[in-house]
Amino acid sequence: MLCENLTPTRRAVLGTSGALFAWAFMPRFAHAAGGRDPRFVTIILRGALDGLTAVPPIGDPDYEGLRQSIALRLDGDRPVLPLDGFFGLHPSMPNFQRLFRANQAAVVHASATAYRERSHFDGQDVLESGFPTPGHVETGWMNRMLEGLPAGDKIDPGAAERVRGLSVGATAPLVIRGKAPVLGWAPSVLRPADGDLAPRLMDLYGRTDPMLSKLLIEGIQTGKIASSLDMKSKGGPGDPNGMEQMARGAARLLAQPDGPRVAALAFEGWDTHAQEIDRLAKLLAGLDNSLAAFEQELGPAWKDTAIIVATEFGRTARINGTDGTDHGTGTTAFLAGGAVRGGRVITDWPGLRQNQLFEGRDLAATTDIRSVIKGMAIDLLGASAGHLASVVFPGSESVQPMKGLIV
Amino acid sequence: MSNPNDVDAALALWRFGLGAADGGITAIKDAPRDLLKEEIAERAVPTPVGAQLRSGSDLLVALYEYQKQVKAEREKQPATPAAAPAMAGANAMQSGAAPADSPQGPGIKGGQPGAMQAGQMPPQSQSMSMDKKPDAPVSKRPYFPQQILLAEADARFNGTIHQPLIGFGERLAMFWANHFSVATGKNGEVHILAGAFEREAIRPHIFGRFEDMLLAVETHPAMLIFLDNQQSIGPTSPANKNGKRGLNENLAREIMELHTLGVDGGYAQDDVTSLARIITGWTFYRDEKRPGPLGKFIFNADAHEPGDHTVMGMTYAEGSMEQGRTALRDLARHPATARHMAMKLARHFVADQPPPALVKKLAAAYTKTQGDLSAVYTALVDADEAWNPMLTKMRMPQEYVAAMLRTSGIKPKPEQILSMLTALGQPLWNPAGPNGFSDVTDAWASSESLATRIDAANLFAHQIQAQVDPRAFAGDRLGPLLTADTMQAISRAETRPQGLSLAFLSPEFQRR
Repeated sequence: MLCENLTPTRRAVLGTSGALFAWAFMPRFAHAAGGRDPRFVTIILRGALDGLTAVPPIGDPDYEGLRQSIALRLDGDRPVLPLDGFFGLHPSMPNFQRLFRANQAAVVHASATAYRERSHFDGQDVLESGFPTPGHVETGWMNRMLEGLPAGDKIDPGAAERVRGLSVGATAPLVIRGKAPVLGWAPSVLRPADGDLAPRLMDLYGRTDPMLSKLLIEGIQTGKIASSLDMKSKGGPGDPNGMEQMARGAARLLAQPDGPRVAALAFEGWDTHAQEIDRLAKLLAGLDNSLAAFEQELGPAWKDTAIIVATEFGRTARINGTDGTDHGTGTTAFLAGGAVRGGRVITDWPGLRQNQLFEGRDLAATTDIRSVIKGMAIDLLGASAGHLASVVFPGSESVQPMKGLIV
Repeated sequence: MSNPNDVDAALALWRFGLGAADGGITAIKDAPRDLLKEEIAERAVPTPVGAQLRSGSDLLVALYEYQKQVKAEREKQPATPAAAPAMAGANAMQSGAAPADSPQGPGIKGGQPGAMQAGQMPPQSQSMSMDKKPDAPVSKRPYFPQQILLAEADARFNGTIHQPLIGFGERLAMFWANHFSVATGKNGEVHILAGAFEREAIRPHIFGRFEDMLLAVETHPAMLIFLDNQQSIGPTSPANKNGKRGLNENLAREIMELHTLGVDGGYAQDDVTSLARIITGWTFYRDEKRPGPLGKFIFNADAHEPGDHTVMGMTYAEGSMEQGRTALRDLARHPATARHMAMKLARHFVADQPPPALVKKLAAAYTKTQGDLSAVYTALVDADEAWNPMLTKMRMPQEYVAAMLRTSGIKPKPEQILSMLTALGQPLWNPAGPNGFSDVTDAWASSESLATRIDAANLFAHQIQAQVDPRAFAGDRLGPLLTADTMQAISRAETRPQGLSLAFLSPEFQRR
């Protein structure tokens, strides 16, 4: 794979896969007949994951120049894990690499939602609500998708009380909120995470309040106030152990014969304006272990599982002045699970030359994340394309479901 | 000082009240100072309500009954451990199918939007055994005075703090309850009575005359117990025929030092002793040996020190209860008391070192009206010094917690509120001494305290409805007080709860 020819623009496998997987478009009863009892999981990474560090385009001639001190390489102290020669994988993700090699994991690169501004809240609203614009905060696309799934089949064997959705964490992520009943679960020790509250307060107090600033510095120096840079294990969605705990609990519930079938989790802490190397090393390890926990705990159900890991937007292509990156546009999504047709980095790579960057600063987005979700929902869950285009992702008629994502 | 109206509106809510609820600034911005004065004129003090919020005397009766039962159960104790295994068995059945799990094991959490179908997944068993068992022996149930304290806290933090438009009366209730501190740590009686004390002795007089509040306070069983006056016996009184008992000066000293004149108020030891003699016999029906309405105040002439007594140059002729009533009235009207109250109010509402001119104005209003508190508050609101838009004081923990709840509308369990107040250093009605909690910024400005504030803000931020946009929240609640720096920090937050945490932790939210 390492010797594969590299081309500046890599058209991904999309075009070729339709015929192979035509069976996937048969009426969903086909799934039931085939005995598939699918599981679908969404993991939201709040804070904007830097796709260029998670899945660095080491074959792109402009990558190192843009990333300088935070560029990852095939050699050196922390060599990237090879994926396909052009793209590497962050060294903290050996489980994902293993799944990738077993064709059970894929990367969708240079992807994004329809949102093109740079506010976390608004970006998360768009990602989770499924609407093309911010401000729709009542229901999420997963919940509306659940409402529209046909009854009388595996995912809803007729019982009206059957709860098909699972929300993991102290508060339900928007993506799964809505009218369809959802089970809520959180590890009992789950505490709201600090994220990187301390450095943010440091910045605010530094500019506005000398007394509070002094107290905060004192608190951090004496270890009374956790600064996220050392990320003392507290549990919760911004802590690697907390992530794994959430994943493990969710997987056990999904594995049960009459348990929920669709789950949403949200992990926090991805807003890496500074010290990106150290922070992503820990956070990505948390994500990687979470995926392994799903695989382990789902057992036989893993083969019918698809997980999508998505974030609200990407980060600047260029390193900033504090060894981090600022809010950007295109990023990566991860797909994992035995039902995923993996072993691929799916992308229409836009390139990293100055004139190829979005607004001259961000990795451009060439794949709409909605097309990925739609494709998975149709092929794995039997969702209808019409319902997806009008209700689940309103106004997305022009966003074609991506084919061939599901085995 | 004249500020734009919206600045005055924000200051009215944040400096004189407990923070703005949704749309609060807009609601009062046409005439903020007038509306604040209207709350004074209307004597707007909300009443804490709750099924368990009975009168102090009823609570004492219930406490004594509880203590008797606990004692009886302890005496016949040895042969009862049978109930426990039966309960454990029931729980085991319930938890059988729960996903055995990660270190602590998952517990199903209900109560979030969309969460339902409790029967779907078997609930985890741990919380079950914590539940109150109505049939469990009294001694196994949660400590009764603490149950009442929780109900009192609930009635305030999830009740009264949300009520009036500005909340000046509620702030004053906190201020005066701290001025006339009792401490629940004293014993079960004060523990169960602290809330009733505030309801019965403080709230009715907040907008009335100081001397009425003073008398209500010094005759309330909670204060009589807290400062030991029920033990104080006139040395030559009939109750001390055998000469073994005597005066306890505790209450008399604190009346002068803390409640009225102030430590520099010009009194001497003789005055303390004399006042202690005057209030001997101020007690309450505590046991069945003295028949009467249990838990109610009584002037016990038997324990009262006979004779005339002189305090601060005034001689009070023998006259049972009236002697003390008159002495308290004179203390209340003393110029030193006027200065002391003026200083405390100005320090509380305006600045740790309030402008001397302001203190003078308040003291003058107090003296002129012989301690009409409404007149003092009106002088405060009319004083330009009180409306300086610079926010210098740190909110005390109790106000800080109240502000987070009032602005966000969340209603946490009272257990969580009480433990948070304790962690923040201001356990509800339980200061270290009769001087109450400090009212100056330095006392609360420590890195420990900030660390706990960060945790508290974080915890509450996660309880706020997930739809709330932190930018809109900060803009609406803080209005013109919100700085561009804070707004920028909030806008850049990674998640909504983090944005709300930043709003709660911003200088303009912590200060007033």
